Amino acid sequence: MADISVNPRQARLEGQLCSLAFTFLASQPHVFYAAVEKGELVVRTTRDHLVPFLTLLRDDPRYRFEQLMDLCGVDFPARAERFEVVYNLLSVTYNRRIRVVVCTDEYSAVPSVHHLWPCATWWERECYDLFGVLFSGQPDLRRILTDNGFEGHPLRKDFPLTGYEEVRYDAERRQVVKEPVSLTQDFRDFDFVSPWEGMLTLPGDEKAHEVRQGMKRSG
Amino acid sequence: MTEQKNTESLAFAQTVLREDIPQSLLPEQKALEIENKVVEIDSHALNFGPQHPSAHGVLRLVLEMEGELVARAVPHIGLLHRGTEKLIEYKTYQKALPYFDRLDYVSPMCEEQAFALATEKLLGIDIPERAKWLRVMFAEITRILNHILNLTAMGLDCGAVTPALWGYEEREKLLEFYEAASGARFHANYFRPGGVGRDIPASLEDRIGVWAKEFPAWIDELEGLLTENRIWKQRTVGIGVFTTEQALAWGFSGPCLRASGVPWDLRRNQPYDNYHKVDFNVPVTRQGDSYDRYLVRVAEMRESVKIIEQCLSQMQPGDVKIQDPKFSPPPRAEMKRSMEALIHHFKLFSEGYHVPAGSTYTAVESPKGEFGVYLVADGSNRPYRCKIRPTGFAHLQAIDELSRRGMLADMVAIIGSLDLVFGEVDR
Repeated sequence: MADISVNPRQARLEGQLCSLAFTFLASQPHVFYAAVEKGELVVRTTRDHLVPFLTLLRDDPRYRFEQLMDLCGVDFPARAERFEVVYNLLSVTYNRRIRVVVCTDEYSAVPSVHHLWPCATWWERECYDLFGVLFSGQPDLRRILTDNGFEGHPLRKDFPLTGYEEVRYDAERRQVVKEPVSLTQDFRDFDFVSPWEGMLTLPGDEKAHEVRQGMKRSG
Repeated sequence: MTEQKNTESLAFAQTVLREDIPQSLLPEQKALEIENKVVEIDSHALNFGPQHPSAHGVLRLVLEMEGELVARAVPHIGLLHRGTEKLIEYKTYQKALPYFDRLDYVSPMCEEQAFALATEKLLGIDIPERAKWLRVMFAEITRILNHILNLTAMGLDCGAVTPALWGYEEREKLLEFYEAASGARFHANYFRPGGVGRDIPASLEDRIGVWAKEFPAWIDELEGLLTENRIWKQRTVGIGVFTTEQALAWGFSGPCLRASGVPWDLRRNQPYDNYHKVDFNVPVTRQGDSYDRYLVRVAEMRESVKIIEQCLSQMQPGDVKIQDPKFSPPPRAEMKRSMEALIHHFKLFSEGYHVPAGSTYTAVESPKGEFGVYLVADGSNRPYRCKIRPTGFAHLQAIDELSRRGMLADMVAIIGSLDLVFGEVDR
């Protein structure tokens, strides 16, 4: 990291964050991962221990993360618990940030933190709207950004970019009508994997490839 | 005879008039009788926006009124939702950048800066010194652009038309600087991962220098119109008060947080680019009302001018983007001669660069507050997830708390003081 040599404040901060990461790992049994990644403190914990842990982070005079700056979801469809819910906290007192990550799936609810930070309500509504992550104890879990009557959760990786429905104004019926999406040109999605790097087995060459990879003994 | 007729007609006139006069204008004796009646004020809902001129875009507020008092304010957002985050997941990093201009279209370059910094952090690259100075300078120009529009539009909402007319003239000068640097007046696409798009024209530094000398006089004029104006103070002082605790709990940032007494500025506390090399003050006030938010923004404009002057004096000629063909395109002339350069150019604009896997939450002090980007990269040439942390989202959410038991007319002053732009709130 080039930053550390030129910026002593950054280096000092990273030292503090490392010691915080160690403290959480040692003192909180439910924290199963804590590390400084690219100068940012990342802590992973479980859903059940989320609220007590965040309460500790907010109220303990050693931590004092007064502000919930951001709450968002990330979708990893291949995982058993496909969603990550990410809490970005900020301590104005100590000038630090921390990222708390919990995992969940479509059916298990994450406990809501709106009673800790009132601003969490809209962030949770957004996460529910875009990912379909459920938040237990959230009294106002409605959609927030998408259209009225929208179905599905658009930021999931299995939701197509073009969506399923399009709306237009019908002059004859004098109303807005919903119709299935019709694309005049196929949706183009290039993967940019070059055949020299990404494609290990050329068509018709499977046998030789297996030998090369040591999966099958030759002869 | 004539006298008698006159008095008759006068009496007649009085009886006729008495019927027509509204009851509130009748003599006091009469009015008192009317006031003794018990009036039931029923609560009713009022739709504010989305086409209201002081809703600053497409805000739809459902206000539950008790008479003229606001009992509850429920904002409905999403009317400008364009799915920016989803679109970015299908674009290369370079192609994702222009979307940031279109989020908060009043302060485009500061949004670009957040994404550029996040990408640079994941790539682990450091940009040339001149690019940093250019970024700081244009970020401050953007701040002034934003504050001029916000303050004058807030004045307009509260009935002061002149500041808006004067402000547009000043904004025009700044937009010409935008145009000279990037070629576009609004959607600049100027800050790129790895530096800035191109160097500024030779004369621009002098022009900005001249402008920076003149601009503080304009701030004085603006303050002459508003700061001690009785009507302005009546409309804003003590309206939409937020305490320090409330502001922290509701996720406030930027001028709104500083107006509530928290000396917190990311440019100072978590400096990025070259902000640690410039000298400026962070204005803080204590009352946390709409008037304080106005004062903080005015003081910030003066500080921004100071920063711009320091940028101009410290800027040295040099590269404006990282000299690595994997991240920034080669010069046009070189492409005509070198096959290598041509290949790099083609690969850069079709495939883009691959960003190593990792994630970062990078925030900048945009004119409205903390604008953050949570960027997750998976090693490919497209962001795996790009969460945009809009500033206005948190501010708008608190509007119910800010306006509780206030008058309907105060709502307009509160919305103006929060500095909302819906391109950013709805994404």
